[in-house]
Amino acid sequence: MKKLTRRKFLMTSAGVAAASALGHPVHAAPAGTPLRYPPETGAKLRVLRWKRFVQGDEDLWLANTRKFTDQTGIEVRIDNEGWEDVRPKAAVAANVGSGPDIILGWFDDPHQYPDKLVDLTDLADYLGSKYGGWYDVCRNYGTRQGRWISIPLGIIGNALVYRDSHLKAAGFETMPRDTGGFLKLCQALQAKGTPAGFALGKAVGDANNWAHWLVWSHGGKMVDDQGNVVINSPETWAALEYAKQLYATFIPGTLSWQDPSNNKAFLDGQISLTANGISIYYAAKNSPEAALQDMARDIQHARFPIGPVGKPTELMQITQMMLFKYSKYPNAAKSYIQFMMEAGQYNPWMEAAIGYVSQPLKAYEANPVWTADPKATPYRDGGSIMLEHGYSGPLGYSSAAVMADYVMVDMVAEAATGAKTPKEAAQRAAQRAERYYKV
Amino acid sequence: MLSRWLNNRNVLGLIFMLPAAALLLTFLTYPLGLGVWLGFTDAKIGRAGHWIGLENYQFLATDPVALLSLFNTVFYTVVASVFKFALGLWLAILLNEKLPFKAVLRAVVLLPWIVPTALSALAFWWMYDAQFSVISWVLVRLGLIHRYIDFLGDPWLARGSTIVANIWRGVPFVAISLLAGLQTISPSLYEAAAIDGATALQRFRYITLPLLTPIIAVVMTFSVLFTFTDFQLIYVLTRGGPLNATHLMATLAYQRAIPGGSLGEGAALSTAMVPFLLAAILFSYFGLQRRGWQQGGDK
Repeated sequence: MKKLTRRKFLMTSAGVAAASALGHPVHAAPAGTPLRYPPETGAKLRVLRWKRFVQGDEDLWLANTRKFTDQTGIEVRIDNEGWEDVRPKAAVAANVGSGPDIILGWFDDPHQYPDKLVDLTDLADYLGSKYGGWYDVCRNYGTRQGRWISIPLGIIGNALVYRDSHLKAAGFETMPRDTGGFLKLCQALQAKGTPAGFALGKAVGDANNWAHWLVWSHGGKMVDDQGNVVINSPETWAALEYAKQLYATFIPGTLSWQDPSNNKAFLDGQISLTANGISIYYAAKNSPEAALQDMARDIQHARFPIGPVGKPTELMQITQMMLFKYSKYPNAAKSYIQFMMEAGQYNPWMEAAIGYVSQPLKAYEANPVWTADPKATPYRDGGSIMLEHGYSGPLGYSSAAVMADYVMVDMVAEAATGAKTPKEAAQRAAQRAERYYKV
Repeated sequence: MLSRWLNNRNVLGLIFMLPAAALLLTFLTYPLGLGVWLGFTDAKIGRAGHWIGLENYQFLATDPVALLSLFNTVFYTVVASVFKFALGLWLAILLNEKLPFKAVLRAVVLLPWIVPTALSALAFWWMYDAQFSVISWVLVRLGLIHRYIDFLGDPWLARGSTIVANIWRGVPFVAISLLAGLQTISPSLYEAAAIDGATALQRFRYITLPLLTPIIAVVMTFSVLFTFTDFQLIYVLTRGGPLNATHLMATLAYQRAIPGGSLGEGAALSTAMVPFLLAAILFSYFGLQRRGWQQGGDK
């Protein structure tokens, strides 16, 4: 491990100052990835991240971190937490003013305590201009009033997962691209005894993803640009009518489904169409059982169909890196973030995550992970097609609370099952959302 | 001076009580007080709140989901407690009889209570699964039903299923505690009753039940408290679904406070449970425990 002496540090700092005055990227480190921020002497970092979904992700993350330590001498400790537990931990850290320097949070976490976060505009602009620009949705999640408060790290892709042979048996050559055709497909699949199934229980990821797609695809949305609740609209009613027809084709029991339920039902051959991350495919492909390997060959992925609004309207999980102001080593932390986002580290990491995580920067679309196995390709486009969960309003406490309280999912579930009429369900959702959007 | 103080019984008593009092204040009173206070604020996770008076409670009183969770909690508690009491008492009386392998049997009965809830809840989750339920599978194989039972997907079925799981878990506690109570009843009372020609039912009604009442009061108070504040079981089985039909106040409070970030509202919802718990305690205290004869007086 190299030790950064005080003398050396002063020299590099001077170099940094000179170079940044000229507006050039800075080569602060002797070898490896040039870092833009001269780390503080004796810097140590703590990073809290969500627990991996796939081993390769964690292995490469740790390997990249070791590379960073080798290059800079900065010790980095990585802690893992279950993905749903990171949110409250990050919020408490922000509130208490101590904790990990960098936290890999979810969705609009940074918008809940923007004043507790270090401004990363300079870093984000640098990364954006170097790597083909940020996707719009990533910019919306990462910025507040024009300033970057977090660096989007990736999107946990979500797509339709289906059995190609069952689709063909139902009389369809390819996945329909519109909601009308999609309904017909689901009806045909049900008639063949190979139904679809989408989670309508308290499934944090799966249920929210498809419920938001459904409402948005018909033009409904929770709030308008100013954050006024507009969910109780004719567009939402139409979406809920559609949900009702769709639900009638599902396998029984989806009302109780949690996140793992559709994976289990699909791998058991009980459903032929659902929406999920790439995990179902890999579970089948890497299974020692021949039957599951056959299934893997039959599995295909596709984007969600486009509804009357005429554009993609999908929701996926986005994860961001936040740097807290209480950090004693903000420059070291910025360097770490920069290091992890640079092509030398990001590309191998995304490749090791085998399609679970997709890029926030457009240049990384070219990563071979998306084309080596053509079945992974649909998961590439998360950033270019997804919308923020608080679409089309501002992000913050309200958008977080409304999603955590399952307002959208409950509305779709109530209407789909006939427990409430679409109008009643939409009205109830509006009441619940207004509570949180009322400032 | 100091030595005189230290010899004073009252001062010494106070000093000896200090550690316990400090522990109670730090770990019980403070969190409880903080929770109650948070309920009157609009605190979010990561942001200190401002005093907003009763606004959280006013909102909860009009929030259909919160009201549904209140109904669910009361329903869950009442039904589960009644069954736990009846089954527990029955089991206790059975175990009090002369049985072969009595010690082993008693140990086995305790198992459901010893197994961590999260673990047994997972087992129930599989048994209730919409696609993989072993119960449905057996019934279908036997030709008794033709489609899988939607244990956790139908609101009333889901309520029933979660209650059954709760009863399964709670019965051993009631049974073993009542068994302990049964064993304190002097056999001579039964002998005297037998000589008087009392039937088994009469012996139960006039000896067992009255003498067991104090234990029943304590055991059932605890049982009601556990049930009313249940969290793990619901969180694993349904997370409050389907359509919030199994959301208890505890699970809803968590959902709103921690993932949802509305700490104040979650705290208010938890605080709203306190009056119900107090009522349960007072009921058992005044209704069951303070009978005249138990305090040595005539009936």
